[in-house]
Amino acid sequence: MNFVDNAFILICAALVMFMTPGLALFYGGLVRSKNVLATIMQSFIMLGLMSVLWAVIGYSLSFGSDIGGLIGGFDFAFLKGVGMDAANSPADNLPHLTFMIFQCMFAVITPALISGAFAERMKFAGFMVFSALWLILVYAPMCHWVWGGGWMGEMGALDFAGGAVVHMSSGAAALCCAILIGKRKGHGSTAFIPHNLPMTILGAAILWFGWFGFNAGSALAADGNAANAFVTTHMATAAAALSWIAAEWMHGGKATTLGAASGAVAGLVAITPAAGFVTPMWAIVLGLGAGVICYGGIMLKNKFGYDDALDVVGIHGVGGTFGALMTGVLATVNAEGLIMGNAHQLWVQFVSVVATWAFCFAMTFVIFKVVDTTIGLKATPEEEDKGMDIAEHSETGYQW
Amino acid sequence: MKKIEIITRTFKLDEVKTALSGIGVKGMTVSEVKGFGRQGGHKEVYRGAEYQVDFVPKIKIEVVVEDDFAVDVVEAARKAAYTGETGDGKIFVSPVDEVVRIRTGETGEDAV
Repeated sequence: MNFVDNAFILICAALVMFMTPGLALFYGGLVRSKNVLATIMQSFIMLGLMSVLWAVIGYSLSFGSDIGGLIGGFDFAFLKGVGMDAANSPADNLPHLTFMIFQCMFAVITPALISGAFAERMKFAGFMVFSALWLILVYAPMCHWVWGGGWMGEMGALDFAGGAVVHMSSGAAALCCAILIGKRKGHGSTAFIPHNLPMTILGAAILWFGWFGFNAGSALAADGNAANAFVTTHMATAAAALSWIAAEWMHGGKATTLGAASGAVAGLVAITPAAGFVTPMWAIVLGLGAGVICYGGIMLKNKFGYDDALDVVGIHGVGGTFGALMTGVLATVNAEGLIMGNAHQLWVQFVSVVATWAFCFAMTFVIFKVVDTTIGLKATPEEEDKGMDIAEHSETGYQW
Repeated sequence: MKKIEIITRTFKLDEVKTALSGIGVKGMTVSEVKGFGRQGGHKEVYRGAEYQVDFVPKIKIEVVVEDDFAVDVVEAARKAAYTGETGDGKIFVSPVDEVVRIRTGETGEDAV
């Protein structure tokens, strides 16, 4: 065990934890004022539900002994054998508990990301059951495939901090949910205007801050790889914020604050799989591409007609996919991508993208249908009119 | 007695208040309101999607004055609120049947 690494990863875990309330503010500002609390709740309560589920079963399914490359066993259920030393730990420089809690924070934020797709119209009870099942049936297998000794990692797919596990998986789930739950009442005729953009921008800034723990911490050591991941994360994010506003300036005539915040998040998403495999200069190139590609990505919902309320598909789905593929192109650090003459890596990345989208979309479809027909997921038109804060929680965010 | 409602741009509040106080108006009521006239609303853009916002924030100043003072008040308010651009607002004048001062019970012009 390495004490410096331990200190670093514990701090990183705390940074990643802060991303979830950051996401709550990011999403909370984007909805109408009558839905601000329900939207914040769908992120915040994941800190409760996902953490407990992770300790009970999620961690074991993700990092327990490999079963056929598909799922982990029950070795670590109820954190049995997960202790204060490095015994059985996937990272032999860290206490097993440190590795577990760092991974826990990823499991917390991923289902929260999906909630942006069905914001302003999802019942709370159904949401909780859906999210619990999603963690066990989608997140845990994905996590095992990529990081827990499963087939995707064995195949050589590069995913430094969760491009597939966190972003593509949540993006694919978001697309499925947005299609299945249907549009918000008044979609197409009512203006769904963000009620508090300063809140959203503060949330984006917190995400940016926390993402250093997300990506640099994924080096699992306080070393040069962590430094590289930290710098590539920052550079890609900065570049994406610039390229997003450049794109919207040319397309719409104005550079908006929401555009700057959205571009930053797009850059964070896209660099996530690549953070430890590219140089800072290639990270800038990747970020510049991500801002423009994700700006295009948010136009998809208008083209195809689904109501992905807060653009989870356009930013996390498209950005994660772009980042995964570009990792196969731009990898020069600890791996070789297309620009190093290794076309095979791009093929591996492509296979991992297709598999992630197909598995996460299909499994989310099944979970959604089961929960919808048993507990119910969509709010009634009356509840939507009233606002989900009152309808689901008997509270209001603001007293006028 | 007349009630004069001045609906105009929010940043004109201080100028209109000063102008009316300057000619002897002793009291007024101010509200933040939203609406639209020929000016229409404005366009807002969020992540590339355009929204037409119909209701524009304005202020409404209400004063009640004696009949023969109303013309001066309207003219002072009009001059103070004027910019010459679309969206300067409207002034409505309407008759008032009765006024009661709650503290003293006075009625009519004595209560204004």
